[in-house]
Amino acid sequence: MKTEEKILRQAQNRNKRLDAFQRLLLFLIICLITALGTIIWIIPDDTPGLADAVVSMQEHSGVESSVTAVLLNFRGYDTLLEVMVLLLAVIGAWSLAKAPFPRQVTNTSPVQMGVVRLLVPLMFLVAAYLVWQGSHLAGGAFQGGAILGAAGVLLLVTDLPCLRAIPAQLLRIGLVLGPLLFVGVALFCLFFTGNLLGYPEETAGWLILLIEIACAISIGLTLSSLFAGGHPEYERPQSNNPTESSGNGEKP
Amino acid sequence: MITTLLYSMTGLLLFAMGFFTLIVHSHPLRKILAVNVMSTGVFLILVATAYKPLGMGQIDPVPHAMVLTGIVVSVSVTALALLLACRVQETSNLDLPGRKKQGRIPEESGQ
Amino acid sequence: MTSLQLTSPSWMIIPVILPLIAGLLSFLLNRGIFAIALTAALANLLAVSILTCQLLSYGPMRCHMGGWQPPLGITLRTDGPALLMLLMTAVTGLAITLYARGYFSYRILDPKRASQHQHQQRYFWPLWLLLLAGLNGLFLSSDIFNLYVTLELIAIAAASLAALSGKPASQLASFRYLLVNLLGSITFLLGVVFLYKSCRVLDLDLLHNVPMNKPGISAALALMSVGLLLKTALVPLHFWLPPAHANALAPVSIILSALVVKGSFYLLFRLWFEVFAQLITTPALNVMGTLGAVAILWGAIQAMRQHRLKLMIAYSTVSQLGYLFIAFPLARIDGSTQVWSIVIFMAMAHACAKSAMFMVAGTVFLHLGHDRINDLTGIRANLPITVLAYGIAGVSLMGLPPSGGFIAKWLLLSSALASSQWWWALVVIIGSLLAMTYVFRVMSRFFVIPEGYSSAKSTPPSPLLEWPALVLAMISLFLGLAASWPLYILSTGNPALAQVFSGGLP
Repeated sequence: MKTEEKILRQAQNRNKRLDAFQRLLLFLIICLITALGTIIWIIPDDTPGLADAVVSMQEHSGVESSVTAVLLNFRGYDTLLEVMVLLLAVIGAWSLAKAPFPRQVTNTSPVQMGVVRLLVPLMFLVAAYLVWQGSHLAGGAFQGGAILGAAGVLLLVTDLPCLRAIPAQLLRIGLVLGPLLFVGVALFCLFFTGNLLGYPEETAGWLILLIEIACAISIGLTLSSLFAGGHPEYERPQSNNPTESSGNGEKP
Repeated sequence: MITTLLYSMTGLLLFAMGFFTLIVHSHPLRKILAVNVMSTGVFLILVATAYKPLGMGQIDPVPHAMVLTGIVVSVSVTALALLLACRVQETSNLDLPGRKKQGRIPEESGQ
Repeated sequence: MTSLQLTSPSWMIIPVILPLIAGLLSFLLNRGIFAIALTAALANLLAVSILTCQLLSYGPMRCHMGGWQPPLGITLRTDGPALLMLLMTAVTGLAITLYARGYFSYRILDPKRASQHQHQQRYFWPLWLLLLAGLNGLFLSSDIFNLYVTLELIAIAAASLAALSGKPASQLASFRYLLVNLLGSITFLLGVVFLYKSCRVLDLDLLHNVPMNKPGISAALALMSVGLLLKTALVPLHFWLPPAHANALAPVSIILSALVVKGSFYLLFRLWFEVFAQLITTPALNVMGTLGAVAILWGAIQAMRQHRLKLMIAYSTVSQLGYLFIAFPLARIDGSTQVWSIVIFMAMAHACAKSAMFMVAGTVFLHLGHDRINDLTGIRANLPITVLAYGIAGVSLMGLPPSGGFIAKWLLLSSALASSQWWWALVVIIGSLLAMTYVFRVMSRFFVIPEGYSSAKSTPPSPLLEWPALVLAMISLFLGLAASWPLYILSTGNPALAQVFSGGLP
């Protein structure tokens, strides 16, 4: 009993000490934030941004949406590296663990099944539309890829074997497709115009669309794989529809 | 002006809250969430810089693109961090810094 | 095809794009991965050499991505310091690639551990190649947001690599490492936001011409510096480094210790002494110097107290990073020119020596199955080349005469005394003595041969495990003899630096 009391008292003491520490920390953070807030207040808001520069070059970019133009043309190099970051996350995840997902989700309710069956094709459609829309309005590879990823998550939590039926090698190809195509187009541009990612003006729109489609597929697969949480070399439950082959496997 | 300021201050506040949580709480999940809140705060400030009231000129698309990049980066890092945290809890007898001894966190049900 | 002429700045993208492609392929393919990685490392070295030739004949260059000029597009550039860092990365990278091959193909009898090696190797190559691309991108980039992206690329790859060994301890260390890096990145990004808010410019060259007297820019610099200090593990923020570096696989420890910390340090240094040089005040420099001094002493003392070889080397990294920061307060005296040579030289010498040391530790670990310092007896009889490599690398860490570490410390001492700030010189000397203690402590164990020890009982390891370490150690040694050559590269395109080197070398 005595030792327990002792431990309890120690824990309480620790809590008290932590409280003092917390208060100090809180005070410091408040000071910091006040300083930063004042600075934000002071910074004049009238500095012209890069908006004019973007607008003046917009017609050479091959797309009508200014965000897409910045993302994939003017600052395409950033986006190239960023796609690599996503892929790196998957490689890192795969190096860490096996996917804990072969455990059968046996008690999927019929309602869930039905909803997923209805939703997933719709989500593919929305994703495709978002990618297409990226050239003139808000949208693009990342938004489309996010929707695809959500569809993938739905498929994973429901007992539909579509995603799990994709062989590991094919999954790898799907994951690398976007980044590799991006680099490929970048090098293609290097040979034609002398600049990395310097799209020829007349084909710029099409090249950007091509990159966006490939990247959307890869991003969708990436997000699903991250959700699955590990490398896919597990004993797969023998699926009865081995016909699934494409990256965004449509379900029966 | 006031809109930008409002959003920027909210962003700063989120940043501060996240930072406080990150240091004070030791549970890995809270730490990951705290970092996410922090980055959301930064993105909010960044988006606010792009804002222009209607008719005051073009909205600056560069911060938008930067935020998009930042979100993607943050998603990937979060996923990796979550996986690492799970992995540590699954495989180790080592206690994560904030894990209570009484097993407040139920053991993962295995593979 | 104009892009393939020697004068074209497009060569600059090769050190980034090539490892990127190699990384993708090594993830995709199942066979011939080592060939891909070796090709990438060799081609990277070749491309960097070409860039060096370019720099020497045509001066610093700019390459606009996609042909878009700075305020809008992203620019890559080469100059003396960037190229030296690239060269350092390329040489060390090639050695690491060879060593990793030797490490992963080391014959392990226990079948369970052997299959683990297979698994680790499968993911090591893509992670390492993408990390290499990120590092090269960091050294070349001249756009502050692009720098943020490369920092993240490096952080994620490094954290995944650190967890690769699969041991719980390494995964916990890697989790901390990732969180700290993440905090650093976010703080850096907040700094970028402040910068963009204040001047609406992201390009470093354009930032030169912006009037600096706004509070927003000072805040931005402070935030970015804190973020980068976290990533560089300067002393109060160093807590995550030793466990992460010491618990990783040997090739990974080399990468983290020799290259990754240098990336964020280089960026910090560049921001302080190039882009925002007008903003830097003497107290700020002194604070950095003090932290550096504490790092030197604290790291060295901790290194002396460790019982495991890899932990000792990891703490030695903390200590050696201090030397990089102690050069900061000496910058005021001669217009921050000499500080460039001190820091770049120190970084290069440390990268080579520290890689060699971690290679030795990895080889010893494979050979004995442990790295407890007290039980390292008899190694000299089995691994003579490895012990030689350790000795030479130790010479460079201690800063004995012909080595690269000596030149850096000599420059440090002479400028500290010239500016009558003798206390920094004192710290440097004490630090070197402490380094001597911890290096010799291990060395002495290597040379003890216990009674009845037969050297024939174990097979010699593959040459890929021993020779890269020796070659890197030799490079760190001869860096001192050939000191004028890197300094010449450093001063190219920078007339102020060229004067300093005309008379100052030993």
